[in-house]
Amino acid sequence: MEAFLLQLAAGIATGGIYASVALAIVMIYQATHHVNFAQGEMATLSTFMALTMIQAGLPYWVAFAGTLVVSFVMGALVERLIMRPVQHAPILTHVGVYIGMLLIIGNMTGWVFGYTIQMFPSPFEGGKPMLGGLFSAHQLGSVAVTLAVLILVYLFFTKTSLGLAMRAAAYNPRSARLVGIRVDVMLALGWGLAAAIGAVAGMMVAPIVFLDPNMMLGILLYAFAGALLGGIDNPPGAVMGGFLVGVLENLAGAYIVGTDLKLTVALVIIIGVLVLKPSGLFGRVVFTRV
Amino acid sequence: MLLEVKNLRAGYGPTQVLFGLDFAVAEGGVTALLGANGAGKTTTLRAVSGLIRQEGEVLLSGQRIAGLMTESIARLGVAHVPDGRGTFMELTVEENFRLGAYTRRDPDVAADFARMWEWFPRLKQRWRQQAGTLSGGEQQMLAIARALLLRPKLLLLDEPSFGLAPLIVQDIFAILRRIRAESGVGILLVEQNANLALDLADHAYLLETGRIVMSGPAAEIRQDEAIRRSYLGY
Repeated sequence: MEAFLLQLAAGIATGGIYASVALAIVMIYQATHHVNFAQGEMATLSTFMALTMIQAGLPYWVAFAGTLVVSFVMGALVERLIMRPVQHAPILTHVGVYIGMLLIIGNMTGWVFGYTIQMFPSPFEGGKPMLGGLFSAHQLGSVAVTLAVLILVYLFFTKTSLGLAMRAAAYNPRSARLVGIRVDVMLALGWGLAAAIGAVAGMMVAPIVFLDPNMMLGILLYAFAGALLGGIDNPPGAVMGGFLVGVLENLAGAYIVGTDLKLTVALVIIIGVLVLKPSGLFGRVVFTRV
Repeated sequence: MLLEVKNLRAGYGPTQVLFGLDFAVAEGGVTALLGANGAGKTTTLRAVSGLIRQEGEVLLSGQRIAGLMTESIARLGVAHVPDGRGTFMELTVEENFRLGAYTRRDPDVAADFARMWEWFPRLKQRWRQQAGTLSGGEQQMLAIARALLLRPKLLLLDEPSFGLAPLIVQDIFAILRRIRAESGVGILLVEQNANLALDLADHAYLLETGRIVMSGPAAEIRQDEAIRRSYLGY
């Protein structure tokens, strides 16, 4: 029983990481109706920048905030300089650009920061295991950070007029322009926010899996499974999905398929959702009446 | 003049649709653009609100707006209810209202919400409902309310009767008459149903394949047997 609870706790902890990457994916999806395959690589790059700041002697939370700002700018620039020129191009062009970015950003990160695996500090270290020894301090801390990010994002989208304008621009760009919304600015903001959320995920996962340029490769797949499972158009759903995938992956790995087939669990979830319930568990089915 | 348009030319890619239109909307007046399918009525509205590229002069209260971005034209006071209505189907009625007033920072927004509820009581009943679940007539009302919440000087209406049952169309035009009387907004109305449009308008232009072939006070055009037979078909 204790072993089971430990596995469950570990699943919830890694699920928190998947949840925040899933949230970043959903953010871009909300703003553009595309899935950014390079999300993971962008997050890894952000994490390296955070490490650089920490090694330069900045306190952890200062580096954390700095990384969010730099990542936001990076995301907005990617939209401006790379996505904007191809915005009217067919979907295959976009897929090509995303894959290109994945490779370029990944390789650039390796070239600049090197491929050696590095330790990344956790702000929650030093504490004793908590809740009866089920969670490490870092696990608990990263889950809390994920939930805090989710709540902020949720409040931003539902309670602020800027968040509402971003949703409007995504759903119906033409009508958004007719009410005076600068759609191009909203897109850049959406990309910036997603990059910042990805950076949080990167900084939370790096102390667990260690930092290297390919750190996010597998995580992106789990996160994508989580986003689909929860509903790709539903931020709270995507977070739930991320946690679910984390738990499923851990339990399946421990008791059913073994560690070698863990990643397969993610793929099975992706295909299963697409076939059985494409809108996801919590996805909204949108009514249209004419 | 609220809106003055001179030698307006526009089209889609290589296809030119409008060949030099001249027309105007008076301050607080209603101008109707009439014509058959494909005459260029919808294109004219799109050219005025900057949804498509245009050449020629478009003056809003004397200020040139041709060549500006749609969002800038909207902020200057042009509210366009496009073909297909342009409501945000995935969002609630309330959110559509909030988006209508998105650019406004003045304290009268709440009062304008109340005014819209008075003009369109059914929208208040549907307040928390997703716009896509509304009936066609309610969606048209929402589209008009959303546009008016911008507090525009000029309202562009693209076929408010389209796809609606005759009784609902009566309702909508009754509300438009009321809005005209109570708000002082100028309206440029595109409508297939010439009878309805001429009832509401004080001035009308007849479009044929991208050119204006006739214009005059709405009352005169209504009286003119020859125009009615050859252009309006009733």
